[in-house]
Amino acid sequence: MATVTRRRVLAGSAAIAAGSYAVQVRAAPEPQKITPALIEAAKKEGKLSWYTSVDLPVAEKIAKAFEAAYPGVSMKVERSGAERIFQRIGQEYQSKIYNCDVVNSSDAAHLIIWKRESMLASFLPEEVAKYFPKEHWDPDGMYASWRVTLSPIAYNTNLVKAEDAPKGFMDLLAPKWLGKIVKAHPGYSGTIMTATQQLSRDLGWSYFEKLAKQKVMQVQSAADPPKKVSAGERVVMADGTEYMVNLLQSRGEPIEEVYAVEGTPLVTGPSAVLARAANPNAARLFYAWSMTAEAQQLNVEVGALRSVHPLVKDRPERKKLSDIKTLREDAAAVADQADDIKARYLKLFKV
Amino acid sequence: MSSAAEEKAVGFARREAGRGLDFSRPILIAVTALLVVMIVLPMGWLIAYSLSDKQGTATLGNFVTLFTDPSFVDPLITTLIIAVSVSAICCIVAAPLGWLVARTDMPLRRIVRTLVMASLVTPPFVGAIAWEMLAAPNSGLLNQLWRSLTGMPSDEALLDIYSLTGLIFVIACYTFPYVFILVANALDRMPGELEDASSMLGAKTWQTARRITVPLALPTLLAGALVAFLQALNLFGSPAILAIPAGFHTLTTRIWSLFQFPPKPELAAAASLPLLLLTILLLRGQALALGRRGYAVLGGKYGEPRLVRLGAWRLPAAALALLVLAMPLFLPYAALFNSAFSRVASRLVTLDTITLHNVRFTFLELSSTMPALKNTFLLATLSATLGAVLALLIAYIVARRAVPGHRVLAFLATAPLAIPGIVLGVGLFLAYTRPPLTLYGTLWILLIAFITIELPAAYQQLSSAFHAVHPELEEAGRMLGASRLRTLADITAPLLRSAVIATWCFVFVAVIRELSAAVILFTSETKVLSVLIFDLKESGDVGAIAVLSLTMVAITTIVVAVANRFGGGREAGRLHARTAG
Repeated sequence: MATVTRRRVLAGSAAIAAGSYAVQVRAAPEPQKITPALIEAAKKEGKLSWYTSVDLPVAEKIAKAFEAAYPGVSMKVERSGAERIFQRIGQEYQSKIYNCDVVNSSDAAHLIIWKRESMLASFLPEEVAKYFPKEHWDPDGMYASWRVTLSPIAYNTNLVKAEDAPKGFMDLLAPKWLGKIVKAHPGYSGTIMTATQQLSRDLGWSYFEKLAKQKVMQVQSAADPPKKVSAGERVVMADGTEYMVNLLQSRGEPIEEVYAVEGTPLVTGPSAVLARAANPNAARLFYAWSMTAEAQQLNVEVGALRSVHPLVKDRPERKKLSDIKTLREDAAAVADQADDIKARYLKLFKV
Repeated sequence: MSSAAEEKAVGFARREAGRGLDFSRPILIAVTALLVVMIVLPMGWLIAYSLSDKQGTATLGNFVTLFTDPSFVDPLITTLIIAVSVSAICCIVAAPLGWLVARTDMPLRRIVRTLVMASLVTPPFVGAIAWEMLAAPNSGLLNQLWRSLTGMPSDEALLDIYSLTGLIFVIACYTFPYVFILVANALDRMPGELEDASSMLGAKTWQTARRITVPLALPTLLAGALVAFLQALNLFGSPAILAIPAGFHTLTTRIWSLFQFPPKPELAAAASLPLLLLTILLLRGQALALGRRGYAVLGGKYGEPRLVRLGAWRLPAAALALLVLAMPLFLPYAALFNSAFSRVASRLVTLDTITLHNVRFTFLELSSTMPALKNTFLLATLSATLGAVLALLIAYIVARRAVPGHRVLAFLATAPLAIPGIVLGVGLFLAYTRPPLTLYGTLWILLIAFITIELPAAYQQLSSAFHAVHPELEEAGRMLGASRLRTLADITAPLLRSAVIATWCFVFVAVIRELSAAVILFTSETKVLSVLIFDLKESGDVGAIAVLSLTMVAITTIVVAVANRFGGGREAGRLHARTAG
């Protein structure tokens, strides 16, 4: 079976790289407004399907908000881990199935690959061109950072005193955390794939080798470790999404995040419209709407996500992104190393 | 088939041709073609893939990897350990329980029997999720209860479901009913005279049991052990839910993980073959074991077996039976109901904290619920209907030797028994993601998978039903000038109604709970309930899982209950028709 592997894509990208200079020279595409014509065309299509890796209840709330903003367009949320979604879209495209209209991934490397495979549509919403920092949107208008999150450490405040909590990743290797750690899986979650690449680069694979000996509980989604910690199933999480920790806190659950002394993995989650979207207008409408200040503010409010939109106010109770020491995100490196990371991970953690 | 019979068949066909319409030959060809599409093609691709590398050149490299790479060898060993243990536990639990229910005067024995059967309605993966809620080492309800009773420190646990033992326990919970049914039914049929003779000759109760009952039941128990072994070997859901958090794979979860990016279908195909071969081998063993039991009770009609009086042991026996039932039934459902109406699954719901939040979320907010319900219903109804029709056709052709080559049909119809769900999923995926039949992404591929998986059971049920209808009834119809199809429709079908309804029901229920093939074959547009639950499991949305699982079980129970009543009514009708005939 002819599969699109990341390696092959990269091997073949030398030719594209030569062309990408031209791409950068070429002017960015014309920014697009949400016009009455677009809304009308979207309503004619009446529906769209959104593949996303954001936590399901958050995704459904966002979908409901969009449906309320544009009655007549109904949304279907297809939520899974970013790595699963990547695999699913690849598998569906191989069988010429074009179910996905808009995609959002917590593994920014996916967008690079999809762009190289010419799977994305160029559509630059005005709001993105006007407000988003340059590094958060593709110059060809193929994708933009719909959300940002972190992968911090967190602990159960009923079971661990603040002074005993781990301060950084290396602290997790202490014998006292044996059998008490939960973590998510890079073969499922884009957040964890991104975080694993950053941690293996900055702390070395020896960190994971030792962590694997701590009898960690292995879950799939990055949204799950916070749930396991707040339920008291495990005491501390080695990775997981920051927004789920914050959401649980606002529900009064006993969980507290720790921004590691080594730095916290930073994870941007770009969105894109698929070139072969079955509902191209509804797709563009949702994509453009999802980047507006109102929609981005909603992300913060219902999802505790972080936004790169400068008009959006972050949750006042949490640390500002600029005050947190973050690890450098390198999507191109993730695209290159993902297969290797999964193989090494399987070897160390056995699953 | 003898040449005389063949001549007869050909003669029939000629006369039909002379008279006009007879569809038997086209139907035979169509049925054979269908079975080839359903079974031969996927298995062919499976073998072809297992013997080739990524570029498609022939190699044995996949098998070398399979038997040398620890990431395959470990799961293989783990799987065998699980299968052997589950098989042993099931026999140890099911044999005494079956005996208590079938052969003693234990109180509540009818209820116990019904409840053990009812526990089969629970999909094993739902059972695994429920046991997570009960026995997760820290947040599990039973562990919390134990801590509050004994004051055990918070970082110790009584039970750890995320372990090999935990997994074996949960699989055994939902496998022992199969063994139980086999054993109890065999004990029902076992001639009481032999035991009577034994006691008349002065043997004590336990001597009779040891010398007569146990040896007579042994082949059935052996067959049951094999059934349990096969179930445990090929199960996907429970290991996926319990083994991965514990940090190990079984063979089925490892095969499934090969479909993650970058997909490795060649390795998945190679890893499927040991499951396939082992299953075929064991099924042969089972046929041998059951064959022997057949001889043991051969001969005229025997009297009802006499019930053993338990005396003082009656109540302890009933208590033991209920305790066993708590494992697959009472405890898991209590946990599911608790999670369905609670914000946090790890806390016991009280009148103050009871909430409909999860129900609302599942049915009003979750946009995949309704499409998944619709797909599941559609597929279950279609699979049950088409599966029953197909099984009926094959059973008819085989039972009446309607056309030459019927043996091939019988073989093809029972062959899927040897194909584990996940293996069939992989085979169908390989066969139908390519032209000319690109069925992947449609409901058709799931329909094919479900019908194929359930065909052997449906065929076996209907084929035994056919043996109860005397061919002379059909021959009368044929002599009066009706075509074979018309005879089938007007005479045979009504006589078989209750068997057909039972089969329909069986397939319907089995499809609703199928996960292992569906998890390989679904797309976002063709998601079914079981896959949706599995998806939710991966992100830890426990409340919605509980609501959906309970919905699933409720639907299944209603269908079974309705069909039982309906089918029971028809049973009387059928008897009446037979007397009249």
